[in-house]
Amino acid sequence: MATHPGGLTSTRTVRIRGLRRRFGSRTVLDGLDLEIGAGEFVALLGRSGSGKSTLLRALAGLDRDVAGSGLIDVPEKSSVVFQDARLLPWQHVLDNVVLGLPAPDAPQRGRAALAEVGLAGREQAWPHQLSGGEQQRVALARALVSEPELLLADEPFGALDALTRLRMHDLLRELCARHRPAVLLVTHDVDEAVTLADRVLVIDQGRITVDTAIDLAAPRSHRQPQFLAYRESLLQALGVDHTEG
Amino acid sequence: MTASVLARPRTSAATAPARRPRRRLGPGRAVPFAAALGPLLLLALWAVGSAAGWLDSRTLSAPWTVVTTAGELIADGRLQDNLAVSAQRAGLGLAIGTVIGTVLALISGLSRWGEAVLDGPVQIKRAIPGVALIPLLVLWLGIGEQMKITTIVLGVFVPVYIHTHNGLRSIDSRYVELGESLRLRPAVFLRRIVLPGALPGFLLGMRFAVVGAWLSLVVVEQINSTSGIGYMMELARQYGQTDIIIVGLVLYGLLGLLSDGAVRLVQRRALSWRRTLAD
Ligand SMILES: Nc1ncnc2c1ncn2[C@@H]1O[C@H](COP(=O)(O)OP(=O)(O)OP(=O)(O)O)[C@@H](O)[C@H]1O
Ligand SMILES: [Mg+2]
Repeated sequence: MATHPGGLTSTRTVRIRGLRRRFGSRTVLDGLDLEIGAGEFVALLGRSGSGKSTLLRALAGLDRDVAGSGLIDVPEKSSVVFQDARLLPWQHVLDNVVLGLPAPDAPQRGRAALAEVGLAGREQAWPHQLSGGEQQRVALARALVSEPELLLADEPFGALDALTRLRMHDLLRELCARHRPAVLLVTHDVDEAVTLADRVLVIDQGRITVDTAIDLAAPRSHRQPQFLAYRESLLQALGVDHTEG
Repeated sequence: MTASVLARPRTSAATAPARRPRRRLGPGRAVPFAAALGPLLLLALWAVGSAAGWLDSRTLSAPWTVVTTAGELIADGRLQDNLAVSAQRAGLGLAIGTVIGTVLALISGLSRWGEAVLDGPVQIKRAIPGVALIPLLVLWLGIGEQMKITTIVLGVFVPVYIHTHNGLRSIDSRYVELGESLRLRPAVFLRRIVLPGALPGFLLGMRFAVVGAWLSLVVVEQINSTSGIGYMMELARQYGQTDIIIVGLVLYGLLGLLSDGAVRLVQRRALSWRRTLAD
């Protein structure tokens, strides 16, 4: 159960072996193994407090103060999208996008990235002048402008309303199809996971307990019986009692 | 007639709850010329008091006397000369103090060791009124310009340090994390995140600093000075010329207001990205 259907992709982008993370006496990750292929879109589900963010922060190298061990092999070029857009309020939108992009053609690339997320013309706006969804799109542009090999996203759409979230799904799928980064998307939304991912993982007790490849025809929707079957089994793995059809 | 009387309360009862204006929690709309209102009122009282003879001119000269005196002082060039000397002292002290305060704040805000070494002494300095140090400074530096400017510097660097340091320390750690996730080089991190993040604090410190600079100036200029507005006033005291003293006071006030206004202008420009209660 804990091994994923190997050989999907030959090139590995992420390799994690025996990852352990501890907060005080509480072990959150307990010998976790994970591999992600190049360009593979992986969604990570799990109950609240199961360690999803802890895992993602470990991959992003943002947990220097956390006790633990294990092997983490991630590409140098990786980007993070946080749950909040995390734009610097004192920088214009364009400057936020190209923050940390040392290339001389940074402004052009930033403009292009903003156009990709549908925000052409808002380059000189202040972040607070954008709506929540627009801010999150800027964050996406910032994450993708450096052409990362790995995109790490921790509930990036968690704060958005349902309709905006659906739009963001389309956008994210489109962007990933174009840029082909490997993606690890943390979410608590099973539908989101089944809609977007090539593979869905469930984390429980500090390990990956479910690893399912999602094999669905292109416009994925609730109307596909297979969709519902995936949804059903993932909900079950998450221990959700549900009676709705 | 009766129908309309009867109808009115009913309609208002039906619509009133929906239309009741929401209570606003901000301070409300700006009062026009708000800043000038209080001072103008004081001026009017003063004028009336002088005209009615309630105020003895030896206690407080009338406003028009003060204006004529100011005209005379300008005509013979005394005002400009003394003002130039004072402005130079305050400006130099402000500049040096700002640089020192900012550099110290950066050192102590960006490194724990820096904070451990620097913060204590600055807090101690903060607890000692600037005037109290003057005897020591006179012993060390004499009564010349050096002592005067040093006193101003000491009054200026403390607020700049305190507020800049506080600004640095209160930068949201999520932005630091963002910087790490983007692998920002330290120089870029400093320029894009640390300095802009600390700017509101720095500018607040500057507002205290400019006022502090003029305050210290007043004090040092009344000690063994031979030039400056403070000297002019001290001389006037010896001859009982309240009009000149008031010219000096008005001048100090104007300088303080102008410099504070200048900093606020910079503040508004530089912090246009913020949405605050004041806007
Ligand atoms: N900095 C920390 N200090 C102490 N405990 C922590 C810290 N960060 C996380 N934890 C604990 O580790 C466990 C896992 O946290 P984590 O944030 O990874 O959960 P999660 O799966 O992301 O949950 P959610 O879906 O609610 O975001 C939780 O029990 C949490 O209390
Ligand atoms: Mg989380």
